[in-house]
Amino acid sequence: MEDMEENTSRSRSAGLNNRESIAHAGWAERLAPALLVLAGLAAWELAARAGWISTLFFPAPSSIAGTLAAWIVSGELAVNLGATLYRFGAGLAAGGAAGFAFGLVLGLSGRLRRILDPLVSGLYSLPKLALFPLFLIFFGLGDSSRIVLIALAAFFPMLINTMGGVQQINPDYLEIARSYGTSRGLLLRRVVFPGSLPSVLSGLRLAVGTSLMITVAVELINARTGLGAVIWMAWQTLRTEVLYVALLATATLGITSHVLLEFLSRRLIPWQMERGKELPTKAILEI
Amino acid sequence: MEFTCSQISKAYVSSNGRVTALQNLDLQAGIHEFLCVVGPSGCGKTTLLKLIAGIQSPSSGSIRFKTTAPKRTPRCAMVFQDHGLFPWMTILDNVAFGLEAQGIPVEERRRKAGRWLQTVGLEPFALHFPHELSGGMRQRAALGRAFLTDAPVLLMDEPFSALDAQTRLLLQTELLHYWAEKRQTVVYVTHDIDEAIMLGDRILIMSRRPGKILKEYRVPLSRPRTLRAAANPDAVALKWKIWKKIQAEVEARD
Repeated sequence: MEDMEENTSRSRSAGLNNRESIAHAGWAERLAPALLVLAGLAAWELAARAGWISTLFFPAPSSIAGTLAAWIVSGELAVNLGATLYRFGAGLAAGGAAGFAFGLVLGLSGRLRRILDPLVSGLYSLPKLALFPLFLIFFGLGDSSRIVLIALAAFFPMLINTMGGVQQINPDYLEIARSYGTSRGLLLRRVVFPGSLPSVLSGLRLAVGTSLMITVAVELINARTGLGAVIWMAWQTLRTEVLYVALLATATLGITSHVLLEFLSRRLIPWQMERGKELPTKAILEI
Repeated sequence: MEFTCSQISKAYVSSNGRVTALQNLDLQAGIHEFLCVVGPSGCGKTTLLKLIAGIQSPSSGSIRFKTTAPKRTPRCAMVFQDHGLFPWMTILDNVAFGLEAQGIPVEERRRKAGRWLQTVGLEPFALHFPHELSGGMRQRAALGRAFLTDAPVLLMDEPFSALDAQTRLLLQTELLHYWAEKRQTVVYVTHDIDEAIMLGDRILIMSRRPGKILKEYRVPLSRPRTLRAAANPDAVALKWKIWKKIQAEVEARD
């Protein structure tokens, strides 16, 4: 037994070394894209100043940075980013929570699932944006029609992934839990919930993506504030610098939510994340 | 008797139609008895354990337990072939799960689980997840989850069959060691005749599907046993007898 443990600890440390070497390789590799971006920006700046490219399409990075600074100082960026963040956050929270709750119920109840599944599939395949005019009639021109649509966009991926996650739990685990006389509450809390969590988190990832997209889309169509509205206004007035600033802010929003999701996954499903780390697909493919 | 199965049958509907897994099976397990069930694969051994565990109920017949266990203690605790630890719980929480299901407070169950991990040398891995451990270590944790429940009946479904030969021998010896303390009634399913002789007081041979008990043998070895018991001439003779019986059963309808 001791032998075996020694073996395992040795293989553990070997795994660590391996991981470290991958991290080292990643350090140089991570610097490369930054350098590439910097070089690209420098070339762009040069080309714009020399008049090789039209500044209407590609205003010099320095002038975009100037506009960004002005927008930060005037508070316009904060107001519009805030409006977008509010709609996105409220819609995602409401739709995501509802999708999770309904997903759990439908995952657990075969009968409800059989009754509601055709309805869910039908509504899921409907492009949500097409409903926006109807929602404008229902909920008026204010934020509520936008938030309802964003919530709907978050609702379905959460519902479907949560439901699937509950259904896909290996029935062996349910039997094992039952063999120990587990109560229904404990079964939900200790088996069904954590067992479906990886799928719930991929649902959340999808929900974040689609609801951010719908947020920007409804702002493009109908809103006076928000990053989408700024982008549309910038196009109508041909203020390309502003357009780039708003795009930059939108991209930052997307990247930030992705990073937050990664962090959340690491905290909530460490057993899955660890497994992922032990199999660095990139390294395997490069061999 | 710890429990008695009388004339139990189990049929279920699969994609190939109706399957009778067990038919009119009789089995009696004495208190403190270590029973090994050996049979060809697909003979309904696992079904038998699930019926005894109460995870499934028989189509006909009855299983009666002597009921003297304290109220909260489950009658049976089961150990599964592929360890059956929950991948989302740490080793400590997995070992403590049987106690958690009994509603034992967190400090007490963690303390008991921790003591078990210390006994089997897994203390450094208490906060690791199952996939980070070797097969043998996982099965040691799974044994802990079953033993800690204090269930009077332990049901084991080929618990060591997925392990390499050496680890299997180690774990058989360890199992006998832990078992010797309380001598729970054990029903141990295996396809390994050596293992059955090494562990059991009595060996039941099951027929092919629909499964019933074909024959039983008493193991003529004293306890405590060591690996040497396998070399005992009586054990060798018994192994030969059991093998002939199983061979006849496997070949009978081919």
